[in-house]
Amino acid sequence: MLEVRDLRVRFGRFTAVDGVSLSVGPDETVGLVGESGSGKTTVARAVVGLVRPESGSVLFDGAPLGPVGRRPASLQRAVQMVFQDPRSSLNPRMSVSAIIDEAWRTHPSSAPSGDRTTALHSVLDDVGLDSSVARHRAGELSGGQCQRVSIARALAVKPRLLVCDEAVSALDVSVQAQILRLLVDLQQRHHLAMLFISHDLGVVHQIADRIAVMRRGVLVEEGPATDVLGAPQHEYTRSLLDAALELTRES
Amino acid sequence: MTDALEVAGLVVDLPGRGGPVRVVDDVSFDIPAATTVGLIGESGSGKTMTANAVIDLLPSGATTGGSLRWRGEELLRASRARRRQVRGHEIAMIFQDPLAALNPTQTVGRQVGEILRRAGQSPQQVRSRVIELLDRAGIPEPAARLRSYPHEFSGGMRQRAMIALALAGSPALLLADEPTTALDVTVQARILRLLRDIQEDEGLAMLLVSHDLRVVAHVAHQVVVMYAGRVAERGPTSAVLREPAHPYTRALVDSVPAVRTRTALAHPLPGTPATPANRPSGCAFHPRCPIAREVCRVEQPSVRSVGSGRWAACHFAEEA
Ligand SMILES: Nc1ncnc2c1ncn2[C@@H]1O[C@H](COP(=O)(O)OP(=O)(O)OP(=O)(O)O)[C@@H](O)[C@H]1O
Ligand SMILES: Nc1ncnc2c1ncn2[C@@H]1O[C@H](COP(=O)(O)OP(=O)(O)O)[C@@H](O)[C@H]1O
Ligand code: SF4
Ligand SMILES: [Mg+2]
Ligand SMILES: [Mg+2]
Repeated sequence: MLEVRDLRVRFGRFTAVDGVSLSVGPDETVGLVGESGSGKTTVARAVVGLVRPESGSVLFDGAPLGPVGRRPASLQRAVQMVFQDPRSSLNPRMSVSAIIDEAWRTHPSSAPSGDRTTALHSVLDDVGLDSSVARHRAGELSGGQCQRVSIARALAVKPRLLVCDEAVSALDVSVQAQILRLLVDLQQRHHLAMLFISHDLGVVHQIADRIAVMRRGVLVEEGPATDVLGAPQHEYTRSLLDAALELTRES
Repeated sequence: MTDALEVAGLVVDLPGRGGPVRVVDDVSFDIPAATTVGLIGESGSGKTMTANAVIDLLPSGATTGGSLRWRGEELLRASRARRRQVRGHEIAMIFQDPLAALNPTQTVGRQVGEILRRAGQSPQQVRSRVIELLDRAGIPEPAARLRSYPHEFSGGMRQRAMIALALAGSPALLLADEPTTALDVTVQARILRLLRDIQEDEGLAMLLVSHDLRVVAHVAHQVVVMYAGRVAERGPTSAVLREPAHPYTRALVDSVPAVRTRTALAHPLPGTPATPANRPSGCAFHPRCPIAREVCRVEQPSVRSVGSGRWAACHFAEEA
């Protein structure tokens, strides 16, 4: 469904992504891991069209996605992103209902044909938010609620691929568990594909079918999650695993 | 073993819009000499305010109650001069964001040496001691780094510089507030190892504040779990993690996935963490607790002994 071919992204003289190829099939979750600065976010931004690749292509159902703005509306709608910092990715002065409305205005083909309020409440219900939250401004919500609103905004336009960049990293542990469960439930209910970026290997292992490991702009290893983290082939993956802490204290 | 720090019934009130808010409420724990105590809890649970009370860095307008005994001496009633003397020399702190804690306009060497200079050491003495400290904190080529400014360092190196700065006064207690939260995982592992080595080699007492159970499991001998400003549970780390005596601790433990093997998604707690400003009646955890009963809604559980070295604030600790 999503196919990234030989993607190369440069910022000035610096090559942030250097020939990355990966694919995400329907209903599939692909985890993208790697050290800070390895290029994960840049890949995600290229997939949603927020940075222009130097070369290579991003295909959706075989069609090139191209940069946001010049991307066909249907494709733009199909790929939605959830960001790390739930607070800064929402305008704090906007009400929740206005945030969802704006998503519908941006993608009119996804806007409800019937009653807007009913549709709004059903979108909020989908992410476990009470309909009373609709009136609140984003700035009045907790981190977990903000992240639910971000997910609701993404889902409101009925995407087929959700790109989550550290979507649970900024949340409290107990809230993180709620959002992970929510993402997995929604994925099954709406047949979403997911590109899931996280520095937490344990979390990625829980929800990804396949895992790709990035280092300095390059994919060094890719395969089924249990293989990559259970029996890593590449030395770099092993070093990431060695640095990851397990709860049970190894001597 | 003697206790370096005894925290007993500590209370911190901060001014709020509708009157004072109790952000730390009746918190008690000890830090024995040469021991690391982990302080864990979700954001807003009062971890930082507890650590800041110990080192006398509370926001203005804060009032305190209870007792903080440092090597037998009551800090909460000590003179300002005495508290200033303790801070930096006997008790030192490292923060989550070294960039905010370090002075951007001064070289790293100058900042680390400050406390030594004020103690009247000669420039040569200061210089060689600073090099020694930077080296101890794992900064390569320390002599060449004296003249660097904080912004010229990576995040991990800055945290090392702050550790060197904290060690400069030869403290007996080190408070570390989320020292690795802003760092990449590989760097985090190295900084944690460094802190553990320093704690062991120098025989320091350490309070490690973190929201990450894995970090605490890795370095702390004892753990204190906080929820909404109060202690939910405390005891030896391995025993607490193996057999939690509080439903909140159990939920935290269950929510941490393994890395090398695939863990099923945890059954998440409902609701959001209680805040001190908006604390539910009775046991503050009751709206989220899977085993709550009627009594939990009305009666606040006090911290009680639940086994050797184990303490928990739960009416039904035996069932957790
Ligand atoms: N707009 C930009 N201009 C210049 N350099 C950039 C820009 N965006 C990213 N980079 C650089 O590209 C590299 C990859 O960045 P990216 O954000 O993709 O990393 P990441 O893997 O997401 O890291 P993290 O885990 O810290 O989020 C980094 O060295 C970064 O400094
Ligand atoms: N400078 C401050 N002024 C007013 N309230 C504060 C301040 N710092 C923290 N608080 C409040 O005190 C409570 C405990 O905060 P803190 O100790 O920082 O929690 P933690 O470190 O566990 O995340 C929170 O409700 C927080 O909002
Ligand atoms: S006192 Fe009651 S509500 Fe509180 S943790 Fe124990 S069982 Fe749960
Ligand atoms: Mg990133
Ligand atoms: Mg804090």
